[in-house]
Amino acid sequence: MLTLHVNGTIHKLEVDPSTPLLWVLREQLGLTGTKFCCGIGECGACTVHMDGKPILSCITPVGDVSGKEITTVEGLKGPLADALRHAWVEEDVPQCGYCQPGQIMSAASLLSSNPHPSDVDIDIAMSGILCRCGTYQGIRRAIHRAARGK
Amino acid sequence: MENSQGDIGRRQFLKVSAAIAGGLLVGIHMTGCDKRADVSTKKGKDQTPTFAANAWIRIGRDDSVTVSLHHSEMGQGVMTALPMLVAEELEVDWSQVRTEFAPAAPVYKNPTYKVQMTAGSTSVKTSWEDLRQAGAVTRELLIAAAAQTWGVPSSECRAVKGTVVHHSSGRRLRYGELVDRAAQIPMPKDVPLKKPSEFKIIGKRMPRLDTSIKVDGSAVFGIDIQMPGLLVATVVHPPVFGTKAVSFDASRAKALPGVHHVIAIDRGIAVVAGTFWQAKKGAEALQVKWERGDNEDLNNEIIRTRWTDLAHKEGDAVCNDGDTKEALEKAAKALRAVYEVPYEAHATPEPMNCTAHVHKDGCDIWVPTQNQDAAQETAAKIAGFDLEAVHIHTTLLGGGFGRRIEADYVAEAVQISKAIQAPVKVIWTREEDIQHDFYRPATYNVLQAGLDKDGWPTAWTHRIVGPAIMTRIIPQFVPSMVPPWIPMPLKDLSAWLAGVFVPRFKTDEQATAGAITMPYAIQNVRVEYIKDDPGIPTGFWRSIGHSQNAFVVESFIDEIAAATGKDPFALRHELLQKAPRLRAVLELAAQKAGWGKPKSREVHCGIAVHDYHGTAVAQVAEVSVDLKGRIKVHRVVCAVDCGIVVNPKIVEAQMESAIVFGLTATLKSAVTIRKGRVEQSNFHDFPLLRMDEMPKVEVHIVPSTSPPGGIGETGVPPIAPAVANAVFAATGKRVRKLPIQPDDLR
Repeated sequence: MLTLHVNGTIHKLEVDPSTPLLWVLREQLGLTGTKFCCGIGECGACTVHMDGKPILSCITPVGDVSGKEITTVEGLKGPLADALRHAWVEEDVPQCGYCQPGQIMSAASLLSSNPHPSDVDIDIAMSGILCRCGTYQGIRRAIHRAARGK
Repeated sequence: MENSQGDIGRRQFLKVSAAIAGGLLVGIHMTGCDKRADVSTKKGKDQTPTFAANAWIRIGRDDSVTVSLHHSEMGQGVMTALPMLVAEELEVDWSQVRTEFAPAAPVYKNPTYKVQMTAGSTSVKTSWEDLRQAGAVTRELLIAAAAQTWGVPSSECRAVKGTVVHHSSGRRLRYGELVDRAAQIPMPKDVPLKKPSEFKIIGKRMPRLDTSIKVDGSAVFGIDIQMPGLLVATVVHPPVFGTKAVSFDASRAKALPGVHHVIAIDRGIAVVAGTFWQAKKGAEALQVKWERGDNEDLNNEIIRTRWTDLAHKEGDAVCNDGDTKEALEKAAKALRAVYEVPYEAHATPEPMNCTAHVHKDGCDIWVPTQNQDAAQETAAKIAGFDLEAVHIHTTLLGGGFGRRIEADYVAEAVQISKAIQAPVKVIWTREEDIQHDFYRPATYNVLQAGLDKDGWPTAWTHRIVGPAIMTRIIPQFVPSMVPPWIPMPLKDLSAWLAGVFVPRFKTDEQATAGAITMPYAIQNVRVEYIKDDPGIPTGFWRSIGHSQNAFVVESFIDEIAAATGKDPFALRHELLQKAPRLRAVLELAAQKAGWGKPKSREVHCGIAVHDYHGTAVAQVAEVSVDLKGRIKVHRVVCAVDCGIVVNPKIVEAQMESAIVFGLTATLKSAVTIRKGRVEQSNFHDFPLLRMDEMPKVEVHIVPSTSPPGGIGETGVPPIAPAVANAVFAATGKRVRKLPIQPDDLR
């Protein structure tokens, strides 16, 4: 039995501890906002927070995060999260939208440590999250907007 | 090719039902010979089997306005642009508008292809008349209902923001209050549409209707489908193209926790488990003996040698204006060059997936598809049901780019569900996705130009060698293209006949697209095509043949400019004298980019222009190349003329998107073949453009009163040549092969 803290709720789960956190979130907890894309930690679509820091859930064994506080896109709360979501909507960032949960989780982590990032800061923090639709300019605008709006 | 006018003329609107789900449903009534039953008649209303009528607009008693989307949303914005067409005429507030994905039904067929499909950048242009008319007749119907309620002439009433108002008395009724009476009134005919000057929604930066769900994580893509009892499968495909499994040992896989079944299906071996991870572990534990197959030794070098040999011979002319032979002989100067473009993968962010439930009454399919007809036909055939018993539930698509026109993953899900008699979700790994795609074809191109003494081209020849996508696609599409009343055995026969005859065609519309419509005023033009398929599956990839041919044509025209000391913009401008729209976007892009004005010492410009089915796009790329040959694209200035713009925000986004998609193929990734299989497998060796590589993209739209053109693919073709031409300007080295290799530029 494994104990998992996700979005403020404690779950007791029967699960092979080597299973990536991504699949436990998606298939056992029904939190499908976090996406499977590459499965090898190359694209960032599966980004969630562990104790407030971004991790790649597709390559993180669930056994390694037992007892840690996991936050997914569904559980991202507070003024920063609101500012980010508002900015994302105002800028109409998503296209297909598949990578956007990973983008938003990454952006939230950036802004929590660096409230007013430069373009270079954004490049460094966000270049691990791939967007095949090419919404990068929109993401950049939305991060700046959220930074101003907080 | 994309002209929906013929169909519009035959379409009339009618009320499908008085009160489906407590509201009013308005559909299109086609006076064709379409006899297939439709969704609304199945609900027990309007039993007119000679007509296909289908819902486009539903107005609820709660005032909700729901627009059925007959096109798939894959990021290109149809979930916003199509409802905008309806809302403009219906006079409703944007906040009232909801959407739902339409089922598979004949009335939803894309008039361009006669298949219900989202492809070829055709969604808006083929819906432009129909959906505005649907909105307009519904509005007039509601006005008539209100007038009748008040006992006043309709002419004294008008529609305002989801209500009907009577001028003189100031009385007002909400649409939701009018639906029951509206259902009793005959449908108005010949309702005139608004003039562009009257538009309140079309042309405005309306917010996308799919943004909030994509921001909070609640958007449902195919991969997100959940239901009680759902099993999850993954499929292992033969690594070498064109082979099968000889035998396999599933004992180790079956011994793993959660693995329910291991079954051989047509295209590989499926492992079915309680969860994806269990299925994946099961797949890794499989021991499979694969056939060796004819392609086992196939590699890029073999393909290249084969095509080089083939290109020595004259091919069949698909375009032959004037006499290129004579013009080349008489030319003061001649140029010759070989261009090569590689296979490309789609790499949609959401891996291929499909959920199927084959049950005793039929089959339900939840799928992120661009092609509802192919999904339905495929499932019906495998599950052994009539089309009407196969229900296609389209989800959001995590990228399409043409990959989801195929139904291979649908076939797999249906086969598995049928075999295990349970609902199943098939999810491919990224590795299977990259290695079992239907790739953008590679091509080998030989070009020649003859120039007169002043350096102007008098002859142009382009010999294309490469695979023909349509050889496989046409037989596959035929069952959806023939009239729906044709019985299944005859459909199968027609597909079989197409499979016999189409491979004998010497031409392929897609292989030569973008090469045969020479926009430049050159007197003698010959384009030849030599069909050769090495055995790598090929398919539609965002902008199809244009993606290769624009690179080839726009690079070679740049070579002519360089060889004669002409400015690349000026040469194009002069030769586009009979292509005013292309000329206008060329001018606009050049002007906005400050063409001709020196940038910094390192930054150089390249320009390219291309027409994709009536949408003209020009791009100027600003590029620097460092001593190691590494390319940085600093800025791309893009000018587009796509006719009337429905939503400028979406046009801008699609241009940015196309540029990013095209830059990945220009600078970073290609599919290569070794030992009959694809060498790449995931984003470590098929890398995508990242945020820190993103150029500044500026989009400028040419104002227009022409009907809308396409937008989803149209920005892809010019970016590769614009960058390659800028690389030439920066280094003096001509790029004739993609993706651009830094080693070649040092």
